Amino acid sequence: MLGYTITQWLFGILSFLAIMFGLLVVFSKNPVNSVLYLVLTFFCIAGHYLLMNAQFLAIVHIVVYAGAILVLFLFIIMLMNLNEDSEPQRTWLTKIIAAASGGLMLFVLIGSLKGAEKLTLTSYGAAQTGMVKNLGKVLFKDFLFPFEIISVLLLAAMVGVILIGKKETK
Amino acid sequence: MINGISINYYILLSAILFIIGAVGVMARRNSIIIFMCIELMLNAVNLLLVSFSTLHNDAKGQVFVFFIMAVAAAEVAVGLAILSMIYRNVKSIDTDLLSNLKH
Repeated sequence: MLGYTITQWLFGILSFLAIMFGLLVVFSKNPVNSVLYLVLTFFCIAGHYLLMNAQFLAIVHIVVYAGAILVLFLFIIMLMNLNEDSEPQRTWLTKIIAAASGGLMLFVLIGSLKGAEKLTLTSYGAAQTGMVKNLGKVLFKDFLFPFEIISVLLLAAMVGVILIGKKETK
Repeated sequence: MINGISINYYILLSAILFIIGAVGVMARRNSIIIFMCIELMLNAVNLLLVSFSTLHNDAKGQVFVFFIMAVAAAEVAVGLAILSMIYRNVKSIDTDLLSNLKH
């Protein structure tokens, strides 16, 4: 199709959707709409992971982000009963300055990473790295200690959240 | 090249997503939207890590992304707990009103 492979078409479409939904997250007035657009952005990123054959991460991404984190966001927003009237807008000057500094940062990032293709290795094996089997071997051999530390971190976060959220009684 | 897509396009996509998140942090006043923009920035970095890991055929990058996801989950839980506590006390999560630390 027009000289592009199906993978390249999928990459283009997914990238366009991800960027568009990302912009909508920032620009939509209602926080609930923002969360829903963020879900769509994350689904596009999961599609990118699938395109790179990182199947385990695609599934984990959907389960953790769309399934847990964004439901938490939605829950908090509905708990606080936020809508478009509850947030006063920033002045146009601040918005323009934010956009300009963002554009400059993009310029610097792209400028500094432009030569990255020279870093590429010569062997492009069929990407089997993202498979569960392969990833599990690395995770439970080389990264066993960090994996255990992560469980401690999650436990600490859980205790911390309960402690923060508890109503103080005197 | 990953499946015929140059790594440069992945770098460009990640940079654009990161910048969208950064501009959102600067331009919005709602703390929850700022949190979501931080998530967007984290995901841009994750995408770049996965693409380089696939390019170099090295699973370590993807293990790092897995760890980043776990840390992000912990961060969001604690952050949203703090925000709901602030809302309970101040009845607002506008960042311009939360300037007590300045004085």
